[in-house]
Amino acid sequence: MHNHIFEKYPAKDKSQLIPLLQDVQAIYGYLPELALQEIADYVGLPLSRVYGVATFYNQFRLTPLGENIIRVCRGTACHVKNSANILYALESALKIKAGETTRDRKFTIEIVACIGACSIAPVMTVNDDYHGRLTVKDVPTILKKYQTTTKPKASAEPEVKLA
Amino acid sequence: MVQLTINNIKVNAEAGMTILDAAKSVGISIPTLCHLKNLFPSGACRICSVEVEGMRGLIPSCAYPVNEGMVVETNTPRVRSARKTIVELLVENHPQDCLICVRNKNCELQNLSEQYGLREHRYSGESKEHAIDVSSASMERDPAKCILCGRCVRVCHEVQHIGAIDFTNRGFNTIVTTPYNKGLNISDCILCGQCILVCPTAALREKSALKDVANALKNKNKYTIVQVAPAVRATLGEEYNMPLGTDVTGQMVTGLRRLGFKKVFDTNFSADLTIMEEATELIHRIQNGGSLPMFTSCCPGWVKYAEHNRPEILPHISTCKSPHEMEGAVLKTYYAKKMGLKPEDIYVVSVMPCTVKKYESARGELAEQTMADVDAVITTRELVRFFKMAGIDFDDLPQDSFDNPLGESTGAAAIFGTSGGVMEAALRTAYFKISGKELDNLDLEAVRGLDNVKEASIDINGLTVNIAVVNGIGNVGPILDDVAAGKSKYHFIEVMTCPGRCINGGGQPIHQKQDKVVKRMKALYQIDANMKLRKSHDNESVKTLYKEFFIEPNSHKAHEILHTEYFDRK
Repeated sequence: MHNHIFEKYPAKDKSQLIPLLQDVQAIYGYLPELALQEIADYVGLPLSRVYGVATFYNQFRLTPLGENIIRVCRGTACHVKNSANILYALESALKIKAGETTRDRKFTIEIVACIGACSIAPVMTVNDDYHGRLTVKDVPTILKKYQTTTKPKASAEPEVKLA
Repeated sequence: MVQLTINNIKVNAEAGMTILDAAKSVGISIPTLCHLKNLFPSGACRICSVEVEGMRGLIPSCAYPVNEGMVVETNTPRVRSARKTIVELLVENHPQDCLICVRNKNCELQNLSEQYGLREHRYSGESKEHAIDVSSASMERDPAKCILCGRCVRVCHEVQHIGAIDFTNRGFNTIVTTPYNKGLNISDCILCGQCILVCPTAALREKSALKDVANALKNKNKYTIVQVAPAVRATLGEEYNMPLGTDVTGQMVTGLRRLGFKKVFDTNFSADLTIMEEATELIHRIQNGGSLPMFTSCCPGWVKYAEHNRPEILPHISTCKSPHEMEGAVLKTYYAKKMGLKPEDIYVVSVMPCTVKKYESARGELAEQTMADVDAVITTRELVRFFKMAGIDFDDLPQDSFDNPLGESTGAAAIFGTSGGVMEAALRTAYFKISGKELDNLDLEAVRGLDNVKEASIDINGLTVNIAVVNGIGNVGPILDDVAAGKSKYHFIEVMTCPGRCINGGGQPIHQKQDKVVKRMKALYQIDANMKLRKSHDNESVKTLYKEFFIEPNSHKAHEILHTEYFDRK
């Protein structure tokens, strides 16, 4: 599935590692273990080094993403407005930690430093939708809505919902 | 040449030299942690910081080249305070269990803590917790004790060209580990232990077999036999502050007897036996069109490397077991029969300079029926611990000699511990076997020394034998490429995993003293030079063993007991 990507890059050229990782992740949404080994062989680096690079940068993921990606803002304004509790409520409800994906692959929780919507803090996004002025009580309702959707919404205009 | 001033001392240094080396040349010592001699500077730890006049910040002396007129201060309050803070931060994120640590009194972090006078805990905060990786048969990794200096990573990647471990994650979560943190056992690691030798703390260490050995010694039903590798006698003394390269064979044998071993044998005996088998195998391959070149097989790290990475090479590797495995096999067959012992009652302990030998002894095919040839392997370091525990005062021990018949050996076996040794020993015997004459000069200087790859051509009765010696697994790649492509001109190639070979093995004493490899090497060549018999085929006990048991080298029985097989583990 990703073999055509290798053709774009010269073999045994370790400087091409990061672009290759980016391209492979673009296909799968994450970096599968087997692909990592193939990349290592192709650029001529030990797997340990490729794994080191893949875990160093935030942009790379080693586990698949869920259907719905929840990004919880932990920026200053949201922090003041108790976003820690929102995150905790999400983690408890989904039984995963930030950075992880539920076993049914429905949800992934990520932490974002600032989403840039401080006026509606505390805020989180689910896929492209913004949910602002959240309280802990809103969390179950929001999750329920996305639990039933099978595919992430791909709307041109992101929705903004205020609780 | 460049002239500079360090601590008011005028120093003439070569252009391109680092401040660290220039200071060392006039007796000024600067502490280092991440620095490794002969590798490109890393500059990660900053413990070598110094002040340079006209420069704002502190300068890492390990990475900064000297300049004309430079004025350096290595011992100002600012420098000392910066270094102390670095040590304090490292210590605070390090387990405080020095008293029960295997590297107690031989730890660079401990030394720095003492040197910079740490007397209180000034920082406190989160400290990392990591599981210990005990997955491999030879080594343990304890990331909690890791100070992230990166020396193990660099040796593994840049010297050994293995790359089993690397820095993973980022910031506080950084950890040196194997891919996916799966453990050494399922990584590319060949267990050579070179990382242990450079680790400043106990984050990397051997998996100790001392308990098993102690239990066997107290078990009345076990007939415990110990054998010692050629390289151990040349390094053991270092642990007792003797000069590098002191030969302590005599005291070592006495010490082992006092530990309670019934017999103290010498792996050098089976090194001679290995030569008889290996030289015969080589001649057979040359004369009968077998797979050439033939590679040596005494280094289990090399064998493991080939099995994991280059299975196509396996038919080229000599089928001979490594010497200590041969010794074990002979003990549990010939010797057991001769002495009227039950093979299953014999417990063979090997004292080795090596960590891979622990893994090797656990390989299923290295066994007689279901009994392992060797029951336990301990390293030079573990033996010293055992001596200390047993109250054996090494310095004052009288000399003793090995038991016979499996203790007799020649000079050819003695040099097995150093790079080129197997080659030299094998050629002494192969020359005789092919030509019927002895070599005029037994010292084959061409295969000695510390070059990465040494080669020579030897004319034996009109037959030119091309040989190569690979010193360090990091240098084997191009040679294997040639062999795989069918372009290799060599007949016989010695490959050893550790740079300098067993004298610098992963189980040897840990210190960063200069010239340790060269001096240990000299000790082994001295033992060889002092020997009356210097060729394996002159070993009387080996001759008797063939007469009474194996009939001749490479006989059917020898194949059954002294040879082994390899597996594709790619």
